[in-house]
Amino acid sequence: MSAVLAIDELLASAPDAARVTAFLSGRKVPIVEGSIITFCWLGHADAVSLRHWIYGLESATALSRVSNTDLWYLKLDIPSYSRVEYKYTVHRGGASEWIEDPLNPNRARDPFGANSVLQAEGYEAPAWTRRDPSVREGLLEPHVFNSASLGQRNGTLYLPARFRRTRQYPLLVVHDGSDYLNYASMKVILDNLIHRLEIPDLIVAFTDSPDRLNEYANDPLHARFITEELAPDLATHFPLIDRPQARCLMGASFGAVAAFSTAVRYPDFWGRLLLQSGSFAFTDIGTRNRRGPLFDKVVAFVNGYREMPRAVSERVFMSCGVYESLIYENRSLLPLLSATGMEVRLVEARDGHNWENWRDRLREGLSWLFPGPLSFIYE
Amino acid sequence: MEQPSAVVLLGAQRFDPNLQAASESLHADGRIGLITAGWQERESEDEELVSHLGGNTINLRLHERGEQIFAGDPELRAAHRERQDLLRHTQDFYRIRLEHLREAERIIAQRTAPSGIHIEEGRTSVEAIRELDIRHLANCARLHVAFELRWGLGKRPSVLRHRAEIAEAVGGCSVIAIAGGHVASLINRLALFGIGSLVGGKVVLAWSGGAMAVSDRVVLFHDDPPQGPGVSEVLDAGLGLVPGVVLLPHPEQRLQLNDRQRVHRLVNRFLPARCLALPARSHLTFRDGKFSSIEGVLELRLDGENVPFRSAS
Repeated sequence: MSAVLAIDELLASAPDAARVTAFLSGRKVPIVEGSIITFCWLGHADAVSLRHWIYGLESATALSRVSNTDLWYLKLDIPSYSRVEYKYTVHRGGASEWIEDPLNPNRARDPFGANSVLQAEGYEAPAWTRRDPSVREGLLEPHVFNSASLGQRNGTLYLPARFRRTRQYPLLVVHDGSDYLNYASMKVILDNLIHRLEIPDLIVAFTDSPDRLNEYANDPLHARFITEELAPDLATHFPLIDRPQARCLMGASFGAVAAFSTAVRYPDFWGRLLLQSGSFAFTDIGTRNRRGPLFDKVVAFVNGYREMPRAVSERVFMSCGVYESLIYENRSLLPLLSATGMEVRLVEARDGHNWENWRDRLREGLSWLFPGPLSFIYE
Repeated sequence: MEQPSAVVLLGAQRFDPNLQAASESLHADGRIGLITAGWQERESEDEELVSHLGGNTINLRLHERGEQIFAGDPELRAAHRERQDLLRHTQDFYRIRLEHLREAERIIAQRTAPSGIHIEEGRTSVEAIRELDIRHLANCARLHVAFELRWGLGKRPSVLRHRAEIAEAVGGCSVIAIAGGHVASLINRLALFGIGSLVGGKVVLAWSGGAMAVSDRVVLFHDDPPQGPGVSEVLDAGLGLVPGVVLLPHPEQRLQLNDRQRVHRLVNRFLPARCLALPARSHLTFRDGKFSSIEGVLELRLDGENVPFRSAS
């Protein structure tokens, strides 16, 4: 790595349009030079700023223009192994628009669209998140369930590639299931991890909610739907292992609250929990968290649990990005859960509150909660 | 119990097999009884294996026979499930204790203290793990004995018929070949059909998980599993045809042999047994209490090194 940053060399060279073209030609952008990241944007604008979701840094940071050119740049010190989603805000003629980085092909999709992705030094998307043509694919099939608690619910069921009715399987219920499938590659990951023997063959119920902010915030009807209706119905139709150790609830953000609060309402039924970037807002004084009224029910639930913590499951895997504000709540929850006698693991990552962060933690989480036959198989 | 005339042990066969050469070197003039129960439902998919072994084989179908017994004997099936559930819990709780002992060992080793105390405490840490391993094996044995006493497999008609058929088939074989696969499943079926009592005077040819299953103690191991640092764990007793060794196939994928601390801990834990890694194409024969025809086998040493296994004792 050169001691002088590429952008500084350019700045020292009396840059003009031709030099900028040469500078960008064939260069991967943002420019990663050790921990120094140089963001670049090329075009006419009155001002350009970087929008990112790293908690602790200014969420909008202005880029500087290289004199006599249309190149805008910003240098940031970002640790190795980081993964940062971002956009640019481009200001022109009194108007502003958020755009993805046209110089960077890396994108992450989510329910709101897409973001550009900075992959800092050392980060690359894990191989097990990509489709492997040699891996036998499991089956996804639509699943309609008429819930007495919540009305008709549409979901998707995953059956492993070697599904046999004569075998018995663990059950994994996923909140925000469509998003996990669409934005966290979960079908591919299940196929890959099963193929690698890192998790056992599983039956997975991907569920969705049309009103997740209410239903996922410690709603008794939701917990009843999942535990008293969906799980028994699946057990009627599929060969499921009837033990808490073989039942797992998972979710991210509010979905993690839904998973945990359901387990709290039905202790010892869900023996495994996978909670990603859980929105476990709480207060140490008063009842209103800084996050606003949407979180009021969550705060009441988490405060109640903090007052009377108890073991409700056997193993709890938590993950959270260190660039999200929820790292505080998740770190706070770890000793509380551990003290109850539950086995708890919190994995932190240099990432934010997004689906690819949750995707990248699935291997460690699922294989810890449901170790596959890898340690048993010696061909 | 009569011992086999020889036990030939091989490493993994999947990508770089030496089974055919090993089989030919036996100059066996009889049939080969084949055990592929570790492959579970794929037990019968043995065409390639049969061709490696020269064609004159009979698959004993231990997995399938087990399924038939449980399908026709619901009482035994329920009891078997219950016993397996107890074994699973026993393994889980053993693993929890083991991980905590390992953690205690790590923390104590990091503390600043006079070296004399460190040496003594290090010894205590290892002894605690050894005692736990021994107790775990004893707990497993107790469950097996209780199950046998309660259900009398040797007298139960549903099992007897299959045992008789297997004994007859094995009687016409000079070699029993035991493939790897799911080692827990394999030792389960070997025990269910009393295979240990049928191999006397015959050559046993076992590879990978099959080799583990014929030793006296099956140790599960993987230094780099996806869920975090791996701690080797004792699973259960094997057939005990090759005593005094811990057999470790797939070292290329499963062991960090360049991590001397890990190797030292593994070797020290299982002393006086010797830890033998069986890479692909490795080979050794155990006959009359001695090892011979050793090729490619690595012995892990107390100093953390690994060396070609040469000892014939």
